[in-house]
Amino acid sequence: MSRDLEEYLRPGIASTPFCPGCGHGILMNLVLRAIDDCKISMDDMLFVSGIGCAAWIPSPHFNADTLHTLHGRAIAFATGAKMFNPKLNVMVISGDGDLASIGGNHLIHGARRNTDLTVICANNMIYGMTGGQVASTSPLGAFTSTSMDGNAYRPFDLCKLVLGAGAPYVARFSVTQPLLLVNAIKKSLRTTGFTFIEVLSPCPTQFGRRNRYDSPADMLKTLTERCIGKEEARNLSEDLLKDKIVTGEFTVE
Amino acid sequence: MAYKIIKSTIPAGNYYLSGNEAVAEGAIAAGCRYYAGYPITPSSEIMERISVRFKDLHGVFMQMEDEIASICSVIGAVWSGAKAMTATSGPGFSLMQEGIGYAALTETPLVIVDIQRAGPGTGQATRVASGDLMQAKWGSHGDYYIIALSPWSVQEMYEQTIHAFNMAEQYRVPVFIMGEEAIGHLRERIEVKGSLTIFNRKKKKGAPPFGTNQDDGIPPMPSFGDGEKLLVTGSTHNEIGIRKTDDPDIHSRLVNRINKKIVNNRNNIIQTDSHHLKDAEVIVVSYGFTARSALFAVEQLRKEEKKIGLLRLKTIWPFADEVIHDIGKRAKTIFVPEMNRGQIIGEVMKYASCEVVPYNQTNGETIHPHRIINEVRRLIK
Repeated sequence: MSRDLEEYLRPGIASTPFCPGCGHGILMNLVLRAIDDCKISMDDMLFVSGIGCAAWIPSPHFNADTLHTLHGRAIAFATGAKMFNPKLNVMVISGDGDLASIGGNHLIHGARRNTDLTVICANNMIYGMTGGQVASTSPLGAFTSTSMDGNAYRPFDLCKLVLGAGAPYVARFSVTQPLLLVNAIKKSLRTTGFTFIEVLSPCPTQFGRRNRYDSPADMLKTLTERCIGKEEARNLSEDLLKDKIVTGEFTVE
Repeated sequence: MAYKIIKSTIPAGNYYLSGNEAVAEGAIAAGCRYYAGYPITPSSEIMERISVRFKDLHGVFMQMEDEIASICSVIGAVWSGAKAMTATSGPGFSLMQEGIGYAALTETPLVIVDIQRAGPGTGQATRVASGDLMQAKWGSHGDYYIIALSPWSVQEMYEQTIHAFNMAEQYRVPVFIMGEEAIGHLRERIEVKGSLTIFNRKKKKGAPPFGTNQDDGIPPMPSFGDGEKLLVTGSTHNEIGIRKTDDPDIHSRLVNRINKKIVNNRNNIIQTDSHHLKDAEVIVVSYGFTARSALFAVEQLRKEEKKIGLLRLKTIWPFADEVIHDIGKRAKTIFVPEMNRGQIIGEVMKYASCEVVPYNQTNGETIHPHRIINEVRRLIK
């Protein structure tokens, strides 16, 4: 299933800056597919991003208004832009370090206020651009350039965090689940209020090579195996769930 | 001309307002319709008044989660087409510094009010100081230029806020109102005129929003939603906004231009106010609340036929270098009283060839006129 999405790309953009095997290119494609499916004009879109690899997904590649901001502050910038001009369809695309660590306060307050934003968090579980330092989303025991003996701290469950802060729509999918992910982005675009999608996106360069993944393909394969639907997860014991990543749409239970 | 005359939002007449209330009214008069802030003493009355006044004006008021979010959301709103403002005091001003650098590099017009309190640290939140003047100039990293004003009365809190918005829009630069607690909380009668002059940012369809042919030029500024497919980034960028993070020429050109557009226009920006300078042998250089005490002292000493005058700096940045150079050639001594450990005196010494004498008070109180009188008497002997 291929589709010509070139009209959504800024003229003159010839290639992406992402490393071989990075999941962000897939995510870039899926965001544009969702916009295409929803028939939203790029004239009405504003993409806001912070600092990091994922922040380069919209800027400068998308042929729309783009605001590439400070590290962690994308949601704060987006709040001002959206509140003053509610006609803009504002989507925030940034990484886990950006949105959840340095920007964690803006994330929970955006959800609490229920500001009408679509927030897509590309989670590669590490600080990619700065050289592979441990993140607040790195799994327990993960090897990074600042946790050579294995990460000693638990990662955030971003979906629970944002759900707890009051967001009406929260989902988690991996770039290895493209159709589910496109549907989630579409749903998010059609929902008024603060919507949040955590997208698992592999980083072979910084995470993979330090955590015994032989190749980018190996990393994608493992991610495919680890991601299970929340319905399937319901029937698994805690022990079996240990290495799994539960995906799906989440609501307060 | 991009300047135009509009009717005042509040009826012409006399009002009895605090400095903080006057800032809010000045912003509204200038066309500010987005405000984001976080509570902090002694500036909070600005956001309280704005939050009430915006209801009838279709303005957007946001109380954000911190000062970082406040400045960032202001920048976002400005690019959506707003005239926008935030207000704070020392600790919040410190938190805003990264955003200020972003605004300077992206040439985002906005107004920041700093109602200065006694620092450093949490210091004395309800007490006065003017300790943030160097922070206004140098607070964010890298080389950039801003405009900073120093009002001395409630009337000027109103007028300089309007002026600040006009200059922000004209030069596409952050403009600071460096108020002090004593002015923020002072109540005075002010006169509001029936009409005022305002400047709205230049727009030009298809023109590059981050570059001009002149190396000190100010490019037009479109908004999100105008169909310009804007690229706004805090990284070094070319004239259309494409990130250029390793091109030495583009970085040099951009950094030079955002500095030169202010420095080369400084004679249009800088405002000073002179009292009894003609034959003065001792000149007091002062600003903000302290200038009120200084003027009282000068008038008092003139009655004793002392040859003393006052130069009041209404603009702190860019600094009034040529005026100081000029008075430094004529005076024997320049006296600089400040509610800090000596910030503006360093600038005065850079440009004045005569003797320059400091008077510094950092006890959380305003400088009493008699202290200035006593100090100056000793200088005159």
